[in-house]
Amino acid sequence: MDPARFTRVDATTWRIEPRGAMRVPAIIYADEDLIRGMDDKVFEQAVNVATLPGIVAASYAMPDAHWGYGFPIGGVAAFDPDQGGIVSAGGVGFDISCGVRTMLTGLTVADILPVQTSLADSLFRQIPAGVGSKGAITLDATEMNAMLSGGARWSVERGWGEARDLGRIEEGGMMAGAKPELVSDRAKERQRREMGTLGSGNHYLEVQAVAEIFDASAAQAFGLAQDHVVVTIHCGSRGLGHQIGTEFLKEMVVTAEASGIELPDRELACAPINSEVGQRYLGAMRAGINCALANREILGHYARRVFAHFFPNCDLHLLFDVSHNTCKAEKHAVAGKQRELFVHRKGATRAFGPGHESLPEALRPFGQPVLIGGSMGTGSYILVGEATSEEKAFSSACHGAGRALSRHAALKRWSGRKIVDDLASQGILIRSPSTRGIAEEAPGAYKDVGAVVAAAEHAGLARRVARLRPLICIKG
Amino acid sequence: MNHSAVAPQNKAGWAHFPHDADVGVQGWGATVAEAFEQAAHALTAVITHAEVRPQVAVEVKCEASDIELLFVEWLNAIIYEMAVRSMLFGRFAVRIDGGRLDGTLWGEPVDVARHAPACEPKGATYTALKVSKNVDGTWSAACIVDV
Repeated sequence: MDPARFTRVDATTWRIEPRGAMRVPAIIYADEDLIRGMDDKVFEQAVNVATLPGIVAASYAMPDAHWGYGFPIGGVAAFDPDQGGIVSAGGVGFDISCGVRTMLTGLTVADILPVQTSLADSLFRQIPAGVGSKGAITLDATEMNAMLSGGARWSVERGWGEARDLGRIEEGGMMAGAKPELVSDRAKERQRREMGTLGSGNHYLEVQAVAEIFDASAAQAFGLAQDHVVVTIHCGSRGLGHQIGTEFLKEMVVTAEASGIELPDRELACAPINSEVGQRYLGAMRAGINCALANREILGHYARRVFAHFFPNCDLHLLFDVSHNTCKAEKHAVAGKQRELFVHRKGATRAFGPGHESLPEALRPFGQPVLIGGSMGTGSYILVGEATSEEKAFSSACHGAGRALSRHAALKRWSGRKIVDDLASQGILIRSPSTRGIAEEAPGAYKDVGAVVAAAEHAGLARRVARLRPLICIKG
Repeated sequence: MNHSAVAPQNKAGWAHFPHDADVGVQGWGATVAEAFEQAAHALTAVITHAEVRPQVAVEVKCEASDIELLFVEWLNAIIYEMAVRSMLFGRFAVRIDGGRLDGTLWGEPVDVARHAPACEPKGATYTALKVSKNVDGTWSAACIVDV
């Protein structure tokens, strides 16, 4: 995008003044290079979101923003139900509560290296990944509803997780207000045999080493030290979330029209929060959040089992579990007044600052861990939410590197086999059922994650704590 | 590597078109139904470039208030059948009557070794959604699919 299209507020704040049907400005947090690298569609989509009823303060886009569907990926928008505010299925996305968890292993790189190959092979065998992979769990109707109500707590109760994890998961591992009875039979059918599967595309399980520490005291509180090893899992609500998204998107196109909401793009289909459809979507979407929380807890359990096989004294501790495709009811200060708002984060991570009541005691003085997935080659980051993030973007930060090239372009440019070989020569072992999938997810197809997190830090959204480099990557 | 296919008479075919995070699917043909069938081939090609054998037939039905929404319904019906049956489809027949579509999908169970599936479509979106008649009388159908 041409930076001249914006009002430049400071080095990392770019504002689009309200015009036409926009009810509020649009604000993108990024440095100038990231702005130049973004597709013009990000501008268009951020502007479109600013036209939706009941939007509060601004339509925001994070430094990793890219062209999405309806909302930009990296989009954040809060709506006030008392001002006609809406909830949008497209604004949450198809993969409801897609997110990231990072687990501390207590091991060092020196522990991993002698078994790196067999550990990679074992994780690849034990973690169902990709299209056509089969999960070991089949849910009947009663268990499906219990899972959709209980989230990660359900996983723990069934023996697929540890009770101590729950305090380290958003919402204590269980999203309140979930209504399994509002989730369609088709959505449940899609999930019947999907629990404990990783999915495909950009989803992964990685074994990572702490490569750099930026903030020693936060790193210590998070349990991170140089050359220590962590396991990070990126996945979501699988087929169930996708089907809920699909069905409500279809329904909301009709209800938006019936409510007199003019949609600049049908993908922005939405319903007033205070409407029958809006409430029904929230109940189903919250059940979808629980599905994702339960699934990541089970995958974490599988990772624990594999690590225990290689390292009998190893005990994986959850650092944190974040979701980056959600709509959540949260209290935020707006112009000095507390308001309950429905905050959509689509490809954006909640980033509560220090002192937030929802954080476990050990983390509260520092702020919420913000887990940023990079690419297979370049690594990932752990950030911590800043106090200023609330005023900047309703306590939100980026979620990943963001794609710089389409899958189409990546496939033309790279060979999956060569990427696997090149990364192996750098000490990174990739395991995937599809070499084409690897080419589509080539490290070069992503933006510079270092630039993205530096911009997030400069903008006051979240501060860098540690950089992680991959040792093993299981791709779906 | 195959990103598109055009029939010998050039009247029917499919292609992918780029999107930042996801992928665009497009089909074209002499009729709307043929454009929908071709777009379904583009959808399968998101997952695999390998041959998909037409061993089993699955019937789908969908409805929508306009032809563009019907196209999204059609792709989502295929995505659903792929997911719950763990199958891929390589042959398609579409009949459209007003806002109703009857489709037949022929395919086989996913064979991970042979199909080497690259990624899984989550849902068809209304972004870049267009079903239209071209000046030469042929039809085209396209949208972005979330993967």
